[in-house]
Amino acid sequence: MLKLEKRPQPSRVFAYLTPVLAVIATMFAGGLLFAALGKNPVEAIRTIFWDPLFGDFAAYYRPQLLVKGGPLILIAIGLSLGFRAGIWNIGAEGQYIVGALCGAAVALAFYPLEAWYIFPLMVLAGALGGLVWGMIPALLKVKFGTNEILVSLMLVYVAENLLAAMALGRMKNPEGRGFPGSRNLKEYPSAFNDEVFVGTGMHWGVLTAFLAVIFAYVLLSRHMLGFSIRLSGEAPRAARFSGVNPARIVLFCLGISGLMAGLAGMFEVSGPSGQISIDFNVGYGFTAIIVAFLGRLHPVGILLAGLLMALTYIGGEIAQGNLGLPSAAIQLFQGMLLFFLLAVDMLTNYRISLVKREAT
Amino acid sequence: MTGTLLSIQGLTKAYPGVVANDSVSFDIGTGEIHALLGENGAGKSTLVKMIYGLVKPDSGTMEMRGAPYAPPEPRSARLAGVAMVFQHFSLFDALDVSENIALGMENPPPLRDLAARIRTVSEEYGLPLDPYRTVGGLSAGERQRVEIIRCLLQDPKLLIMDEPTSVLTPQEVEILFETLNKLRQEGTSILYISHKLEEIRALCDTATILRLGKNVGTCDPREKSARQMAEMMVGSELQTPKGAGATPGEAVLDVSGLTLPAPTKFGTALKNVHLRLHTGEVLGIGGVAGNGQDELLAALSGEMRAARDAIRLKGQDIGHLGPTARRRRGLLAAPEERLGHAAAPDMSLTENALLTGAVREGLATNGFLRWGKARKFAERIIETFDVRTPGPDSVARSLSGGNLQKFVIGREVLQRPEVLVVNQPTWGVDASAAAAIRQALLDLAGDGTAVLVISQDLDELMEVADHFAALNEGRLTETRRTADLTIEEIGLMMGGAHDGMEVAHVEA
Repeated sequence: MLKLEKRPQPSRVFAYLTPVLAVIATMFAGGLLFAALGKNPVEAIRTIFWDPLFGDFAAYYRPQLLVKGGPLILIAIGLSLGFRAGIWNIGAEGQYIVGALCGAAVALAFYPLEAWYIFPLMVLAGALGGLVWGMIPALLKVKFGTNEILVSLMLVYVAENLLAAMALGRMKNPEGRGFPGSRNLKEYPSAFNDEVFVGTGMHWGVLTAFLAVIFAYVLLSRHMLGFSIRLSGEAPRAARFSGVNPARIVLFCLGISGLMAGLAGMFEVSGPSGQISIDFNVGYGFTAIIVAFLGRLHPVGILLAGLLMALTYIGGEIAQGNLGLPSAAIQLFQGMLLFFLLAVDMLTNYRISLVKREAT
Repeated sequence: MTGTLLSIQGLTKAYPGVVANDSVSFDIGTGEIHALLGENGAGKSTLVKMIYGLVKPDSGTMEMRGAPYAPPEPRSARLAGVAMVFQHFSLFDALDVSENIALGMENPPPLRDLAARIRTVSEEYGLPLDPYRTVGGLSAGERQRVEIIRCLLQDPKLLIMDEPTSVLTPQEVEILFETLNKLRQEGTSILYISHKLEEIRALCDTATILRLGKNVGTCDPREKSARQMAEMMVGSELQTPKGAGATPGEAVLDVSGLTLPAPTKFGTALKNVHLRLHTGEVLGIGGVAGNGQDELLAALSGEMRAARDAIRLKGQDIGHLGPTARRRRGLLAAPEERLGHAAAPDMSLTENALLTGAVREGLATNGFLRWGKARKFAERIIETFDVRTPGPDSVARSLSGGNLQKFVIGREVLQRPEVLVVNQPTWGVDASAAAAIRQALLDLAGDGTAVLVISQDLDELMEVADHFAALNEGRLTETRRTADLTIEEIGLMMGGAHDGMEVAHVEA
């Protein structure tokens, strides 16, 4: 009989090992899934994990890794701060949309003026938009004790409707011959979020994501505020005893995660996506939750997890194109990753021991 | 006494890394009150859990009235006539007494019949209890009555009681003892677990003493002195803490008219609390659990804010300040609950040192943490207070209760407080750690710190406190000199004198 025993100390080895184990388990179960769909599992796994990096067209796919990974990392870093404190912002998708809308609004307001200050202003507006959207659940929680999970999630649907209204209304391209969607910011140099290094996929948002990783790392490991955040998550009563003001932590965590999601949305609309359209958002805000946990809520872990998740996105697209795998199978595959991670996670705090069945 | 009820032969139970019981043998006679004595960690709980069928022994046998007895689960133990009153009650606050009792029964009768039976049994044994009262509104003593009556309804042959008096006032203890004596006369055996020696001498016929999982002796507690039994328990001579005898000086902490609403539905509101604390003084605050101890600590530590002038420290109003600002001014505190309140269970000792030490020990500059310094502070606590742990990187929950408590108290003591407030400083701590902690508090007072000790352990308060006051339903009594008080007076202070519990007397 197998028995779970709580470890006296969380295992360090397993804390690092579990993400790797989870990826391997996902490959296995995913392989079975693909085999059941009548595809060669080895080829499918290779297409997802190998081809984007080292395949024939890797030169095209590799920059995509940063383009897709950047927003995931940026959002996940913000979310992880809240998750560390036990504050569950599930509405990053909404904050991402509002950030994009605010950024685009600044650009469209200045169009066709060309000036150096337009892009910085857009960054500011995007951050502010996400911040405001994140502060709504924060203020409601602090003032009225509402549940931030529900409020932030419902605000996603509000944001989606706002997006549709803007894409079809105020922000619609007047020269777009009636098609929904805004002007393409890629064609507006002052607003275009161009690559910082040509051909790498590294646009300003990716750079910001890397800065966010460093910021979060320093905050959590070297600063009193980061310590207060971790303490609030580990032991809320001890945090209050220590002198942490719970309301301030709620405001900070939801604010900063909203701000980062807003920035990610703004960099996306001004760069890779280029325009506000009805289907502008593609679920980065939700996937970032998986990324945050896959990265163990640790900044460096999130950096790696974001790149891994980007890989499955790109690899998944190739698999869809080349092997004809349904997109639902790819989403299932990504879901499995979180599932296995949570399952294997238990090994950090528990060990499995074999015991003989006691005679009764 | 007429023969043996339960005979225990060589019971052994080992857990990874520790032998909890090492071939323990003793007999419990019919109609006998048998004391099981030992420090925390001596193996009392494990032994009792084996008798009650919660834990299976690795080896050894038990016989109940001559027949083999090996309960695979508590239900079989109950069927065999074994009942247990746990130290921590398992009652639902929102349900009433009869509903709570019905929940623990195999085939509960209709509630109205059950209520009638509860009334009969409670009156018969002198434990008045209204079956329709909501448990959330009962005192700890009354809650215990619920648990006892739950057991009595099963008509047990053996009643196990785990530290039953730790939550009772002296008067309530007396009522309980009368009930237990009546049960004994009816032929019920009682296994009475305690570390309060005077109680055992007053009540029990036989005492079995456990130390480190071994039975180190069975004796008649009436023939031994409390000191002799204590030394059997600890295995060495006891050191009684001694105060340095500093004379209390000027007042440093002045609480006047402190009134706070209850923080939760089943919390206690503080009502017009007055107290004054002088340098070098130890003020003991007694009272039965749940009478506002946690709330008083929270109000003093700054977790609960009060009116500006309700709390004054060295003449400054601090009632409105939070914990950090109070610490900066020299008012430090250590709450009762070690894991989760005084310390974060999954954080290292270094991080836990930072938890309260950041301001006074200068562990952060401009918000940036100085881990090296925090680690040194943690190491200093570990060394000064003899905390047994591999090092400051160990997480708090890996420490034993006594060691973590030494760490938590030591963390505050080393910050040289002007005023230190502690709640239950030695709760669930073994005798040697308790002595060390009390000594540390007395030394601190000797150096001129004002110390406020909130505790439910009267012996502890008598030992360390110069002055005594009691909390009752959120009200604090007048402060009296400890030396002038008798145990009866203390009992009346704890009971609130004005509206104590009904004191019922059993017909002899």
